[in-house]
Amino acid sequence: MAASIAAVGCGAVDPPRVPGGNAERGRATIERLECGACHVIPGVRGVRSHVGPPLDHFRQRAYLAGRFANTPEVLVRWLVDPPRMKPDTAMPAVGLTETEARDIAAYLYGLE
Amino acid sequence: MNAPGIQSALHPATGSGAALISELTAALFVGGAVLFLLVMGLLVRAVFSQEKRVDARRWVLWGGVVLPVAVLTVLLLYALAVGGALADVNSRGPLRFVLDCISSGARALAAPFGTERPVRIEVTGKQWWWEVRYWGPGTGVTGVPLANELRLPAGQPVELLLESADVIHSFWVPALAGKVDMIPGRVNRLVLRASAPGVHRGQCAEYCGGQHALMALYVVVVPEPEFRAWLQQQARPATAPADPFLALGRDSFMRGECAECHTIRGTSARGARGPDLTHVGSRLSLAAGVLGNHEGTMAGWIAGAQDLKHGNHMPSTREFTGVELRALSAWLSSLE
Repeated sequence: MAASIAAVGCGAVDPPRVPGGNAERGRATIERLECGACHVIPGVRGVRSHVGPPLDHFRQRAYLAGRFANTPEVLVRWLVDPPRMKPDTAMPAVGLTETEARDIAAYLYGLE
Repeated sequence: MNAPGIQSALHPATGSGAALISELTAALFVGGAVLFLLVMGLLVRAVFSQEKRVDARRWVLWGGVVLPVAVLTVLLLYALAVGGALADVNSRGPLRFVLDCISSGARALAAPFGTERPVRIEVTGKQWWWEVRYWGPGTGVTGVPLANELRLPAGQPVELLLESADVIHSFWVPALAGKVDMIPGRVNRLVLRASAPGVHRGQCAEYCGGQHALMALYVVVVPEPEFRAWLQQQARPATAPADPFLALGRDSFMRGECAECHTIRGTSARGARGPDLTHVGSRLSLAAGVLGNHEGTMAGWIAGAQDLKHGNHMPSTREFTGVELRALSAWLSSLE
């Protein structure tokens, strides 16, 4: 708490913490599933396209899919099953487990 | 992500032509090294020797005639044996091939091409993908049209007929065999064989245009019974989906422009320009090795084909809603 107040005081954005999320594992999962088939994701090897929104500066994004607050819990829920939250989305559920989604969220919040 | 060595001539599959080539390479390398050391030894001796005269006649006879003739004879027989075995890996081993050559001369060289294979695969290079057609028992008069992936029965030689529909390509699966060009108007033959199940990656090895680097394929070696079941399955038409979401995907495919270029056997889609998608969900990759194959990459490829592989014949489609795109991807992925 004290740390986050100090960070706000300096004008920096404290990275949201994803309990149980491992950013390095998340990066590996992103590469294995080739999320780059639709997104530009900095620091990830392999394919990239602009079908969906680019995910750079992800930590600074206020909204997900144009309507949901960008918080760790919401992001994890979104990654596991996007159509459940937004039935007309083009983003399919690709079979992520909650742990994998947490890892990916941890990686994305590392993108300043 | 690919396993290390999946596309490496230095990690040849056991029982493959590439393994023979790899052995030949090792033999040449070691032999070359021995000869190099021998020559260097002679050089050192010539510089530092105290002898005023050497017997030149003897040196020329042994070092200049006898040694090269012996070495080259062994090497020639070995290379001929490897060459023969490459053309016909299964039925005759290298030694048998040499004996055949000695006993029957040129006829033995021609013999490999006279034998009919139980399974033949036509592979046609196109910018920038591989059209594949299987011929064999139960494949009918048209063969079984597939794309961007081969399956081989373990331990059995399979004959490939390599062609091109546009420019010169080259078929190269480094862990299985040397490269063979695919030339418009010509049919080149290649016998592939591997004795153990495994997955190997291949790549076009002749520059063929802008996306030459994104023209790859997978070769999956499976046990023989599994191979037969797979071929039977691939020969079948697609089944109609019972699930309403998958049906939406099929309807989107038929309503849109997909069917103008793609065939899905068992439906009204009869396009011939792009790959046959009847069992696209069963393949390891999409877009000739560009992407792995699941609903997400399928959606990305349909909507971003030009972004992912610029200049290929498939447009980045803009005609589907988000739901339709998801349904379409789900339906195509379900076609196994």
